[in-house]
Amino acid sequence: MDALQTLDALPASADSTSALLRELVAHLAQNRTQLREEWVRRITEAKLLTAMSRDEIFAEATSVYDSYVEALETRTLEALERYAQNLSERIIPRGVDTNEVVGIVLLLRDVLARSLFAKYHTDSALLARVLDAYEPAANSIAITVAVGFVRERERVIREQQEAIRELSTPVLQVRERLLILPIIGLIDPLRARQLTEQLLRAIRANRAKVVVIDITGVAAMDANVANHLVLTVESARLLGAIVIVTGLSPEIAQTLVNIGVDLGKMNTVGDLQGGIEEAERLLGYKVVPAGEGQIV
Amino acid sequence: MEVPILKQGPYLIASIQDALTDADLIQLRDALVEKVGRLRARGVIVDVTALDVMDSFATGTLRDIADMIRLRGAKTVIVGIQPEVAFAMAHMGLSLEGVITSLDLEEGLSHLEHQVKTASR
Amino acid sequence: MGEPLVAEETLVPIRSETDIVTARQNGRQLALRLGFSSAHATLVATAISELARNILMYARSGTVLLQGVENANRCGMVIVAEDEGPGIADISQAIQDGFSTSGRLGLGLPGVRRLMDDFHIESQSGAGTRVRVRKWIERSVR
Repeated sequence: MDALQTLDALPASADSTSALLRELVAHLAQNRTQLREEWVRRITEAKLLTAMSRDEIFAEATSVYDSYVEALETRTLEALERYAQNLSERIIPRGVDTNEVVGIVLLLRDVLARSLFAKYHTDSALLARVLDAYEPAANSIAITVAVGFVRERERVIREQQEAIRELSTPVLQVRERLLILPIIGLIDPLRARQLTEQLLRAIRANRAKVVVIDITGVAAMDANVANHLVLTVESARLLGAIVIVTGLSPEIAQTLVNIGVDLGKMNTVGDLQGGIEEAERLLGYKVVPAGEGQIV
Repeated sequence: MEVPILKQGPYLIASIQDALTDADLIQLRDALVEKVGRLRARGVIVDVTALDVMDSFATGTLRDIADMIRLRGAKTVIVGIQPEVAFAMAHMGLSLEGVITSLDLEEGLSHLEHQVKTASR
Repeated sequence: MGEPLVAEETLVPIRSETDIVTARQNGRQLALRLGFSSAHATLVATAISELARNILMYARSGTVLLQGVENANRCGMVIVAEDEGPGIADISQAIQDGFSTSGRLGLGLPGVRRLMDDFHIESQSGAGTRVRVRKWIERSVR
């Protein structure tokens, strides 16, 4: 990205290039209204930005156009980068796709190149020099906008993944001192770690005495994750809470036996209902013999 | 650094304030085992909330404390193990089996209360 | 893929019990600076505590080197515990669960092995011991 920070890294004869770019900027500023309208028309024709109304497209197009000209004029991409990020933040939630963003920037490039062609077509030598000055700059600008968009999109996706992870592992307090952790879906090592950390923190925060971990919604787990489950049960006990695991599938039962889990350390009950009943029975004692951690 | 041991009713409470060296832990063990008899305590609570690492030596010493106190006729409860410390202990295979653990001082006390009550019933 | 680059390192001499505490506290701080979650920084600190104690217990003195390392796609921590003590006669026995010559629980080295991602030990009878362990920062799989 750093290499794109400035447009100065253009071909030789920098002086004439900058003179040409100045002329270019003047041309684009002069024909702003007409070129902008042409661009919007092409966007609509190409069925890009369909999630937005015509007025919205026009407003955004105006801002992009001005930032574009500004980038050419100041020969820095910082303002444009900021604008691209801001634009992405606004349009990503509306479902605008990467190809649309790349598409509109390339359309603008095309609209401007055509207008340059129309202006200079009588002097082919000058036209060639103008395009030589314009194209590298236009490419940098297009890349900046596209990269800005993709980055923002990646950031949003990462955030959503985090949120889904959190949502998919709720720790529920069903009654005082009783937590339920229903686990659904695939458990990879990272999720397993998050689950454990979340549960242990919740035990402290809610002063839980009994925790029911229900894995009815987990079809299978590898030896690693199964080991992690055992670690979670032991960690919880060290905090003074008893863990009851419910809903073990035949596959998971096999995995646990195969990895040689000390079954004396694991309280298991067939289903969630039974687990909650057991938990309530345990809580019915004034004090649970946490040290033993076993149901008798 | 010496760990202060307070007597509260029939119980002794040792609350660790800071990271302990091995010698501090041994000193704590000896002091508890001695005091539990001299002060006729029914139970001992060791509060480890301040410990950010419990390695095999610390865990082993806590287990020794619990065993020795039991031989002296009283109960031990370890309270305040931090979630992350508990996780590391479980990883190491140091699960303090057979030693009673509770969330915090309050829980530990109510556990001992219950034990004493059921014993005298 | 070559050896990862060392970004930061600290050498802690181990001569007394307080050095064990210093080593693990420095280790935790380094781990947190590198971006380890606080739960994993605790795992690292626990491993350092075990390694430092082994030095003190079997060799009386030695060093613990704490390194922040990185390669192209990840970042982690390396701990090298070194001493010139009597060495370990039977390494495979020493890293087995339940083995100890000091009469303690004997979970030291096997425990460290479980806490870390990579574990490497070299030792020669009479020529000292070198344990090198490494833990990577866990990242989400994209």
